[in-house]
Amino acid sequence: MFEGASNLADGVDRAFVFIFSIAAFFIIGITAFMIWVVIRYNRKKGKPAMQFTGNNTLEVIWIVIPLIIVMAMFYFGWIGFAPMRKVPADAMKVTAIGRMWEWSFDYGNGKISKIMVVPADKPVRVDLHSVDVNHSFFVPAFRVKEDVIPGYDNFLWFSAFRVGEYDILCTEYCGLMHSAMMSSVKVVPEAEFIAWLDSLPATGDIPDPEGLTLLKNTGCIACHTLDGIRLVGPSFKGFYGKTHTVVEKGAEKEVVVNEEYLRSSILEPNKQVVKGFNKGLMQPYGNVLSEDQIKLMVEYLMTLKD
Amino acid sequence: MSTSETHAQVSYLEHQGKYKGILGWLTSTDHKRIALLYMYSMLVFFSVSAILGLLMTIEKAAPGQDIMTAQQYNGFFTIHGVIMIFIIVIPGLAAVFGNFALPIMIGARDVAFPKLNLFSWYLYIIGAILGVLSQFAGDGPPDTGWTFYVPYSAESSTNVIFALTAAFVLGFSSILTGLNFIVTIHRMRAPGMTFFKMPLFPWSLYATAWIQLLATPIIGITLLMVIAERVLHIGFFDPALGGDPVLFQHLFWIYSHPAVYIMILPAMGVVTEIFPTFSQKPVFGYGAIAISSLAIAFVGYFVWGHHMFTSGISYWSRWFFSFLTFIVAIPSAIKVFNWVSTMYGGSIDMKPPLLYAISFIFLFMIGGFTGLTLGSLATNIQLHDTSFVVAHFHYIIFGGMGFAFFAGIHYWYPKIYGRMYSNRWAYIGWGFLFTGFNLLYFPQFIIGIQGMPRRYFDYLPEFQWGHFLSLIGAIILLSGFIIMVSNLIYHRRKGAIAPANPWKGVTLEWQIPSPPPVENFDEIPTITRKPYFFGKD
Repeated sequence: MFEGASNLADGVDRAFVFIFSIAAFFIIGITAFMIWVVIRYNRKKGKPAMQFTGNNTLEVIWIVIPLIIVMAMFYFGWIGFAPMRKVPADAMKVTAIGRMWEWSFDYGNGKISKIMVVPADKPVRVDLHSVDVNHSFFVPAFRVKEDVIPGYDNFLWFSAFRVGEYDILCTEYCGLMHSAMMSSVKVVPEAEFIAWLDSLPATGDIPDPEGLTLLKNTGCIACHTLDGIRLVGPSFKGFYGKTHTVVEKGAEKEVVVNEEYLRSSILEPNKQVVKGFNKGLMQPYGNVLSEDQIKLMVEYLMTLKD
Repeated sequence: MSTSETHAQVSYLEHQGKYKGILGWLTSTDHKRIALLYMYSMLVFFSVSAILGLLMTIEKAAPGQDIMTAQQYNGFFTIHGVIMIFIIVIPGLAAVFGNFALPIMIGARDVAFPKLNLFSWYLYIIGAILGVLSQFAGDGPPDTGWTFYVPYSAESSTNVIFALTAAFVLGFSSILTGLNFIVTIHRMRAPGMTFFKMPLFPWSLYATAWIQLLATPIIGITLLMVIAERVLHIGFFDPALGGDPVLFQHLFWIYSHPAVYIMILPAMGVVTEIFPTFSQKPVFGYGAIAISSLAIAFVGYFVWGHHMFTSGISYWSRWFFSFLTFIVAIPSAIKVFNWVSTMYGGSIDMKPPLLYAISFIFLFMIGGFTGLTLGSLATNIQLHDTSFVVAHFHYIIFGGMGFAFFAGIHYWYPKIYGRMYSNRWAYIGWGFLFTGFNLLYFPQFIIGIQGMPRRYFDYLPEFQWGHFLSLIGAIILLSGFIIMVSNLIYHRRKGAIAPANPWKGVTLEWQIPSPPPVENFDEIPTITRKPYFFGKD
């Protein structure tokens, strides 16, 4: 068998060797015995057939011994497999995206590559994501494989110890170009990997900053748009850093929208309402959001100045 | 039912009922005629499907596109699988030799429900025709693989519904045959034949019939759900509609794993008849073989998850499915040891049926042991969905069930037709089949371990040597098949007249004329002792 190139290969190969050795022993042994019996007891020799009908001791022996053997096989298979599901906490994360009929690898921050590059001797967790039908992510040299099923958060991990380039194959039938759904994984020294990742342009969707996610989840942008359009409340776009006329207790005054103003508008929205907008529509969010969350939201809003 | 002497003496082949010629066959409820109807239908479908297999092997002899497009290739392996699984191997031995030999072996004049039996064959033909239509009607041959995995099967624009309906209808044929056999075995055994005085082929059919009856409805409803998914967009399985694709895999394999035992149990039953006859010696460990059939049928229900080890099922479900998979290996091992011991100390006559039966053990062992690497969690990760799996199940299904079928037809041929085939040509045919078979499938084990995925139209150049050897093997194998079938067809009318009992068998089918009279027995025998008694009193 060809050499494995990941930390998981040894466990798999040990189970292979164990099962195949026993298999060869029995297949050759039983076949040889059958051939011997057929020659030794051939009818041409003219001996009458013996008429025994069974032997309970033998039955017990050939139930118990195979049972012990298959349990040993099961055990080797299990211990070779168990580490595959225990991902180290410090594993680097890559998302493998399968679609008919190509792979792409998402390193986060919009960095998406058509081939997979991983640092040598570092655990890598591959989250498997399908955008259409079932696929399966298979790197023969690493002895890893897991199906890529839409709607499922399947994963696998490995730590590749040999620098080189290895095939990635799709092993779950996925239609016309199933057999062309290949890519490769390049194992490089860590420094080289970091350089490669830095030079990889961010072409994919950049995930939302946490502050924006909070604004969306809390429902803020239903009234405060991000693009300057006026709805129930003032748009966030270009809001920070400008001077606005606000109404406080019936009196108009000028304020500069700074960090403190944004914070107080979340906690006491009706205290200083921008002129032209109605009071009493927005509830105080002090009980809904934590201090940290408010901080993240404010920091995000501060990035929205013109 | 008439029991007049003259009537009973007419052979079932010559008997003339209400209709003559082909109509006489198509309307006959005689279990022996129905058996042959199944066999001839299977011969036709097997030949078509085997040629599709050969074409795929030619395509793969070199990388890249050679004689067909990727879409044609995908269609070919789909219909090859559907025909071979649902039309050949699932009905297979039970429908042919079960129908022919079961009633005779238990001393009955027919199965319990002869009309239902004929109806099962018609359902089978309707299903088979639907399978053929799927290739020509609609938007092109289905390209989902015989496993119909969703979401692809819910989204493919090809004619998937016909193929699903075909499998659904064929399932009913299988259920009804199973029901018929269970009732026959319970109600129609000859006086004195207790369950433990019954020969072992009926035992294996009994275990098989329960699987057919209990497991097949699951695939039926599952296939209907996929149809509903395609037509009504219900969202059982397709995540785009809110369904669960892994649920489909569970439902599919809850049937399709036990279906493997529907295929292999009757095969085991056939060779269990052959070893004692050609050794002139009682079966070794009768009880152990009978019980292990039931054990296989029972434990076989609980191992379906080993088809899904890489689908993301939980750690502990993988653990249990692997554990039970190793347990289900034991009854098969028991059978192998008992067959070999049956020959030990016998008076062995190496006639073609025995040669095929011994080849069955050899090929079945290779299939079985390679199955253990698939049941083992660590090695399964490397092998799942590779050509290793393809080689494994061809060793079990073709090497096991197929060679047992060849053993069975050479064994019962004199009884079925009342003629003998040429032994010489039977040996030559065997030589080609056995060599070709191993050359075709063994290389697929090796390239599978190296990572050659299955269902690949094109592949990496390092796997070419294996595919090329497979092509040579396929050609030899097919030549062997042609030699074997020609020998059998030619001697059907031209062969030497067969005596009632050419192999000195002791089961009931050898105690009546060859070919058997319409109602099998003039007088139903009374059974007083265990089967496989070769001694003289």
